[in-house]
Amino acid sequence: MPISLRVNGRQHTVDVDPATPLLYVLSDDLALRGPKFGCGLGQCGACTVIARGRAIRSCVTPVSAVEGAELVTLEGLGTADAPHPLQRAFIEHQAAQCGFCLNGVILTAKAFLDQSPKATDAEIQQAMSGVLCRCFTNVRMLHAIKQYREKTA
Amino acid sequence: MTGRPATPKLVALGPSDGGPASPELVTSRPSEGGTRREFLKGSGALVVCFSASALEPFALAQGRGGAAQRSSVDARLLDSWIGIAADGSVTAHTGKCELGQGIQTAQTQLIAEELSVAVDRVTLIMCDTSICPDQGTTSGSQSHPANFNHANLALACATAREALIDLAATRLAVPRDAIVVDRGVAAVRSDRTKSATYGELVGGRTFSLPVNTNAKRKEPREWTVLGKPMPRVDLPAMATGQLEYVDNVRVPGMVHGAVVRPPEVGAALEGVDESSVRNLPGFIKVVVRKNFVGVVAEKPWQAIRAAAALKATWSAGSGLPRQADFYDHLRTQPSRDTLVVDSQDVDDTASRAATIVKATYRHPYQMHGSMGSSCAVADARDDRITVWSSTQSAYPTRSGVATLLGVPVERVRVVFTRGSGCYGINGADTVSYDAALLSHGVGRPVRVQLSRKDEMAWENYGFAYVIDERVALDATGTIIAWHHESWAPSLGGRPGYDTPGNVVTGMLAGFEPAPFAPRNPAPAPAGRFNNGANAAPSYVTGCVGGACGGTGTVKSERVLTHTIRSPFFTGPLRSPSRLQNTFAHESFMDEIAARVKADPVEYRLRHLRDPRLIDVVKAAAKAAAWESRPSPRPSPGAVAHGRGIACVLYEGDNGYCALVAEVDVDRASGSIAVKRLVASQDCGPISSPDGMKNQIEGGALQGMSRAMGEAVTWDDRKVTSVDWRTYHSLTLGADMPAIESVLINRPDGEAMGAGETTITLVAAAIGNAVFDATGARLREVPFTPERVKAALAAAI
Repeated sequence: MPISLRVNGRQHTVDVDPATPLLYVLSDDLALRGPKFGCGLGQCGACTVIARGRAIRSCVTPVSAVEGAELVTLEGLGTADAPHPLQRAFIEHQAAQCGFCLNGVILTAKAFLDQSPKATDAEIQQAMSGVLCRCFTNVRMLHAIKQYREKTA
Repeated sequence: MTGRPATPKLVALGPSDGGPASPELVTSRPSEGGTRREFLKGSGALVVCFSASALEPFALAQGRGGAAQRSSVDARLLDSWIGIAADGSVTAHTGKCELGQGIQTAQTQLIAEELSVAVDRVTLIMCDTSICPDQGTTSGSQSHPANFNHANLALACATAREALIDLAATRLAVPRDAIVVDRGVAAVRSDRTKSATYGELVGGRTFSLPVNTNAKRKEPREWTVLGKPMPRVDLPAMATGQLEYVDNVRVPGMVHGAVVRPPEVGAALEGVDESSVRNLPGFIKVVVRKNFVGVVAEKPWQAIRAAAALKATWSAGSGLPRQADFYDHLRTQPSRDTLVVDSQDVDDTASRAATIVKATYRHPYQMHGSMGSSCAVADARDDRITVWSSTQSAYPTRSGVATLLGVPVERVRVVFTRGSGCYGINGADTVSYDAALLSHGVGRPVRVQLSRKDEMAWENYGFAYVIDERVALDATGTIIAWHHESWAPSLGGRPGYDTPGNVVTGMLAGFEPAPFAPRNPAPAPAGRFNNGANAAPSYVTGCVGGACGGTGTVKSERVLTHTIRSPFFTGPLRSPSRLQNTFAHESFMDEIAARVKADPVEYRLRHLRDPRLIDVVKAAAKAAAWESRPSPRPSPGAVAHGRGIACVLYEGDNGYCALVAEVDVDRASGSIAVKRLVASQDCGPISSPDGMKNQIEGGALQGMSRAMGEAVTWDDRKVTSVDWRTYHSLTLGADMPAIESVLINRPDGEAMGAGETTITLVAAAIGNAVFDATGARLREVPFTPERVKAALAAAI
């Protein structure tokens, strides 16, 4: 059945089973590269998107649950030529290896700091506790997130 | 499906970047089916010196002997590596691909440097079998040695530079030594208005030259791009969701597949009821090939639903050995035995010893556990088969797909496409086979992504190990004999060019894994000392065949390894065998030092003779402000603080590293907090300093996750660690230590590996620090709070 989605400021209508997890709609029907399939269980963060200002796990969220919500994916933040300040912080810190987790790391941090711009280091760490980076670029990533916090606070 | 399963050729057990008993394999001839690294090592003298025929260096470019005929890209020709367009931009082709380790950036720096062009004028094409030379597998910390020494890509770049100078000299009618090249322009040194751009000199045409083994590379002191920190070329696209991963490949007409794996290890397919899914939305077909089962549907979620709904019946599995007794079980199984070194006097020496010290160390199976569940896209619609894959082994995967589908290898193209970090053989190869089988089965392009469970339950795990260490000490406390004996299970591994049964899909489709051939007793060590698996500790002389290749001083030495048939697939996982062996050696060295009340750094130095290994130990100790004193020094209070050190010459010849760890141990909970890691590393000339640092840091923390929590678990039928709740990785919420890196640059040395050194040392360094803090010795990974508490109780 047709479902309307608003993604990165654009309106889309997709004809899918409403139980389809949002991730498949974003990555397959809309061909977005930001959200990624990591575990399909909501355990790793790779599929994260921002919906109504909050980071959600698109791999376990039925598409029908976000109909009408404003969705933001990693490509909705900025581009390689004009990155969002948080993306820029990751580039400046060279905070990636394979980059597969970056979607979940950046969007989880963004949604959290939007809500809690003065969060402490410990609170940031707590907010990131459901996100994995199996290349273990943790130290650089946390530095990038904290730099962004300083600049935006 | 067409294509009959063929009986795979015998392949030496356990590839040398995988097999636990690998030292013997290093000497195997490439024609016997060895891996690229075996070939590299076996022909090492030629590679390093290549004083013999002009074509020898190119053997290194190949996956192995004989593979050259299988590739249409002739690595002996300059045009296979370097092309210059009419606008002067450079396109280079390499067989070493980006896995997250930064080799795309480092190779781009190399090309820009040697050709004297700006970095943004270089396009690097990685591991596409239609246009890139066959460099085997991107693995084993071999990309830096392979492409940054005087061979392969570096040599091709040097040849191109000389060719451009020759062309400019002719065009400008001056001697060649009057030409200087800079930023893509060749000019007359005394009058730079006389010049020609690279585009004018060769743009759009071929060089039509062989790669010149005598081409001169730039001196490291002239480098302005190579050896300097450079931002990753791919990071802006990665951070903004613009980079294409294999997950994002879309082919017109593409549909989606999902696989159905057996419910238990060893279960065989008895039947499939296609009617159970025929009416599901989007359903296209069930594809069965012996025990391989997959479902294809129009959309990914439809394929996943259909795979879950498919009624398939399976025989009972073969059963699994009890995990609780597994290390003891290993000691009782038929084994293939290998002597890495044997001075034949260890027992004699021990009989004269003042003291004997013994200990046993245990290391579990661990998994690659890639972030992304593996994904591939295959288009096997017609005669030309294309597979988009994040495999580390483009050419071998091409051969494997050809074998699976029963088509000539020339008809298959594998296009390397970025994937989730793999750390060794994750599911990338097996899912490439899945995609090929399903696409062939439905005659349409098919994208397949594994489920998390299928990724984790069937991947090629890093080896479990149980290791007995024993040394003899003289009256002064100096080690006079060292005996090491290990047991490790192995099954399958990298498929190489002709063993698709080494991974799960190939096995399910009817191909056997490389056969297991018990051998007992082990033959005497032959050839030269090879410590490719770090089975021998750093402290022995490593004397084989009259030459001593070890880094230490202990002359009485015996290193015996037993390889057992594994119930699970195994394969190279970042620092395969080297990590497990080094955990034992370096923990044990610390135990010995404590026994004789010596400072752990001083005691190591007393038994080392390799100056570069000595240098990294001293550098790490200095940077960590190491206080010279024996361990332990248990600190009072609820939280004890300690420090530990470990060191290694990775693979016996491929990167020096030392690591100091500082930890806090909570006595009540048994939890360890790693507060600080200080690494020193020497991998010859530094090509990309920040890339190297990133590898040191990532390796250190990945090693910490493996040391603290990671272990594959199973019940009597199946693997039970199948997601991130049951396989325990550290997350971004974990407390992280401060990490400091000391990079030792050897501009005139040989390029060595940098990606697997620190990880090799982490478990030992942390365990030694826990001992220093508490007097409790951890001899089994992972260091769970329960194990720490048990060790604390035993230490009292």
